[in-house]
This record gives sequence, structure tokens and C-alpha cells, in this order.
Amino acid sequence: MGRADPIFYLAATRGASERIASPPEVKDSHYDVAIIGAGMSGLAAGIRLAHFGKKVCIFERHNAAGGLNGFYSFAGRKYDVGLHALTNYVSPGVKGTPLGKLLRQLRIDRDEFALCPQKQSRIAFRDCALKFTNEFSVLDAEVVGKFPAQAAGWRALVQLVRTYDDVALDAQPRSAREVVSRHLTDPLLTDMIFCPVMYYGSAQERDMDFGQFVIMFKALYLEGFARPLDGVRVILRVLLEKFRQAGGERRMQCGVAQIKEAQGRVAQLVLDNGEEITASQVISSVGFAETMNLCVPPQTQAAAANTGNLSFVETISVFRRQPAEWGWGDDTIIFFNDAERFEYVHAREQVDLRSGVICFPNNFDYAGRNLSEGIFRVTCLANYARWAQLPEEIYQADKQRWFPEVVRSAQRFLPVVAPEVLAEAQLATDMFTPRTIKKFTGHLNGAIYGSPRKIRDGRTHLSNLYLCGTDQGFLGIIGAMLSGISMANYHVLQGSTRG
Amino acid sequence: MTKEDCQKLVIDIIADIAPDEDLSAIKPEIRLRDQLQLDSMDFLDIVMELRKRHGIEVPEADYSHLASLESCAEYLTPKFSTKA
Repeated sequence: MGRADPIFYLAATRGASERIASPPEVKDSHYDVAIIGAGMSGLAAGIRLAHFGKKVCIFERHNAAGGLNGFYSFAGRKYDVGLHALTNYVSPGVKGTPLGKLLRQLRIDRDEFALCPQKQSRIAFRDCALKFTNEFSVLDAEVVGKFPAQAAGWRALVQLVRTYDDVALDAQPRSAREVVSRHLTDPLLTDMIFCPVMYYGSAQERDMDFGQFVIMFKALYLEGFARPLDGVRVILRVLLEKFRQAGGERRMQCGVAQIKEAQGRVAQLVLDNGEEITASQVISSVGFAETMNLCVPPQTQAAAANTGNLSFVETISVFRRQPAEWGWGDDTIIFFNDAERFEYVHAREQVDLRSGVICFPNNFDYAGRNLSEGIFRVTCLANYARWAQLPEEIYQADKQRWFPEVVRSAQRFLPVVAPEVLAEAQLATDMFTPRTIKKFTGHLNGAIYGSPRKIRDGRTHLSNLYLCGTDQGFLGIIGAMLSGISMANYHVLQGSTRG
Repeated sequence: MTKEDCQKLVIDIIADIAPDEDLSAIKPEIRLRDQLQLDSMDFLDIVMELRKRHGIEVPEADYSHLASLESCAEYLTPKFSTKA
């Protein structure tokens, strides 16, 4: 990875990770590598391993792949679960960025993802807005123009971000708030810069690790947003096909129920159906605490000490018209906040309406095409416990009650359109809550971004069990895939070349 | 196998793992990293593809021999010959 080269650097400084000897009698139910979870990171790890001849199987509890970035069908429409936009987008020909690394590592042709760039996005606070696009110079000019006194500090921060080694697998956490405050002194500008970065990846309240800040700053501001016209399923389809072609095995509706340990190693995996399998190495993408809870004997204390609690609601409104027809403009994503200070915290009420994210999937540049219907999505911070404990009837009633509140909160940052005009054009709505996230992804507390403390090198208390995905700490869809790739490279493939 | 053949095999591998690189004018004596955007992940792939396609093992301690096409050929040609 350019100047950093974490993959090899670590091996040189940390000493060899163990070499794996195959057991004397290899049975059919034995795999070189078992992967838990068929989300973006698990699939990417699987593609790498299968491509290089490992006998690999991905175990997925649900009937559909994708995990936190899946899609579902509801009343005849397909909805993306997590994806507002794919971050880390760069134009063809730009090299050395995460997107390019990912495409190379997975032998994917760029065109297969069919990425269409965003038009523009906005950070909208009560009295100030900053526009940004996939051209960094736009945000740079906005910041310098609206916060002239901060220009020097801003430029210094950008320079630090550009040169920071954000992918080192042995990096120690540092407070992003602390590092940024050395460069930016205006609280409004600081909050505005943090708002998208936190909403698109922070598992920590109020602050985040500076390495994670850098990953997201690059992903959002220095690189940018894109989306395939048909959404996340285009990307998933490519990954599933690559994995199949490479000879990988995939078992759906077949989760891992237990990770049984013996002598500091994973001895067996017990599947949901009671079947037992063995694997020389195991990569889990289901989250740190979630993985610890699968272990036998259980690692409940370790799990409890590093469980995320930041969750979200999202409303989805489908219209028969394009949002731009109402003068809602070309914004793809709008990060909004109406509070005195931006507070990215565990919601006290069911939903925290003070801030949020609007996404118009229609406002990507689809080269003359577009979605046939207008889609308006709003995401706000939410409280898991307050949704999880409700009896079904009240839960449904509360969804009905909060839906218009969330939509109204977001509309404060859009030109006014009469409610009856919107109602007349509305074709469908859906809403997910922290409870939905827990149910479909297994993430404790509906915490999309996982545990607050990331485990960069993916190691666990068991010598042949590794983490990838959200809790390894590379963020976004591209980050998730790179996480799977890095962990497969570092713990499995590179280990196998050690003489 | 000649050293030229060996260089060709390495170029074939790089063409597959880094299709976005222009390989038409690589200078054999200059480090690959200095002419192409290749990072440690790409070099791991060169090693892995050598094993997958040609059964050639490059232990981690020898990765430095893969620095340029010339050094690749110097190091790998005897390995190919022994195999054949």
C-alpha cells in the first residue's frame, strides 16, 4: 500500500504467524478456511482464498448475501439496505487508492461495478452549508471561502490526512477530535467536517480514532461517492460470481452457532443445524462481540467490554416523480444538523431528530438514465433498547409515528413542498429501525458500525481465528472488502509463502 | 527456459493482476515499483500466481529478488529449469 506497505511490514516486524499443518486425515467437512458471514468482507476474503486454491466455505445465516450492505424486496420493489453511496470513488485512471487496490486484488474489471458518480453533496447546518463533490477542490474552496480564518489550519489538516498511514495494521488509536483541534479552531467548521465522517462510519460517540477519521475523510472528501444504477445488488452479484468461479463454497441459511476452542485454537465450528465442521483457519466477519459470543467457552466479558451502541433508523419514501422536479436540487447526500453543536451520540429517545442524513439515489449521474421512481431516504441516530423492548403492536405504531417526524426533520433542509403534493406523489414507504438491523444482520444493539474499539490486525484470543469487516476497522463498502482482502492476505496467503 | 522467456512469464502475471498498467515499455533493469504502481499486495500476488500457475515457490525471505524484471529472471530461471 504505497508508502505504508502494512501487509509486509507487519510480517517483518512481528515475526511469523503460525504455519498451518493440515490434519493427517482430511475429511470432506474440513476446510482450509471457514468464513463466517457472506457480507462484503467475507465474500472478498473468500474470493482471494479460493482464487489461490484454498478450500474455503462461507457460512451465512440468512438466505441472501450482503450483510449490512444487502438488499431486499418489499411489495414488488427492491431496496438497498445499507448503501446510500459507495464511498472511495475515483475516476478511471486514478491509481493507488482503495478502489483500484480492491479491483486488482479481486480481479474485477472496473466496468463490472458500473459505478456512476454523484452529482454533488452538502453538509447543511443551521446557518451554514458546505457543498462538496467528487472534486476535492470544490470543498476546499467552500471551506476557505466561508471560514477564511481557518484556511491555513484546514490546509494543514488536509496535508496531514493525505500523508497519514491510515491502513497500518498495527496503528495505535488516537483521538481524532484532539488531532483535528490542533488545526481547526472554529467549532462550527469542526462539527461540519466531522458530521459526514461520523455518520458514515464511526462506531464511537463524540470522537473517533484518528486513523478511522483519515480513512473516512479520504473516502468522502478526497475521493467521493458513486452508485450503480441498480444499486448494491450489482456489486454483490459480481462478488458472488467471482467467488463461485474461483471454486469457493457457500452455505446459505446455515450460520455458525458455536466456535469451539481447544488449546487456544478453534477446534470445531458447530453450525445452526447442529452439524460440526473443522477448518485450519477461521475468519469471522460478524463483529467482535458477536464472534466472542459464539465462542465456547464464552468470552462474554470481552464481548461486553467492546460492544457498539450506535444505531439508526431510516425512512424510505418512494415517489412517482424525480426529487429534482420539486426544486430539491441535485444533491445526492445531505448531512444535516440543526443543533447548536453537532452531537453524534447514542440517542436518548427512540430517534434523535437533531441531525441526520438525506440520500437521493436519483441524483447520481447515470449518464442519461435514471431510476424510474423518486427515492428519498433519511437516516437518523436511534436508540436500540427503546425499539427492541416494544411489543409488536406498539413497535409498528411507533414506526408509523416516527416516520413523518423523521421526514419533517430532514425537510427543514430542503425547499418547501406542500405536504399534499408529496402525499399525492407518494407510491410507497418503508422504514427500518435498530430492531430491524439486529434481526437481519445479527449486530448487537443494531450497531451498524460495530464495536467502538477496532482490532486492526484482526487477531483474537484464538490463534487461528481472525476478524474481518466492520470491527477490523476499514470502513465503507470498499473498506469492508479491503478488510476481507487484507485479513486473507495477511493471515492466510502470506503465511503460506513463509519459508 | 531463457531469461527472456522468464521475464515474459512475469509480465504475463503482472498484466493479469494490474490490467490498468501500461507494460509495453518496462525497463528490465529498473525496479518494477519505480515504473509501475505496484504495492505490497500486488507483489504478494506475483508470488501467489507463480505458485498457482507454475508451481514455483518464492519464500518470503526471497521477495527482494522480485524487485526488477532482470532480478526476477536471474532468480526464477534456475527454478523453472530445475522444475523442468
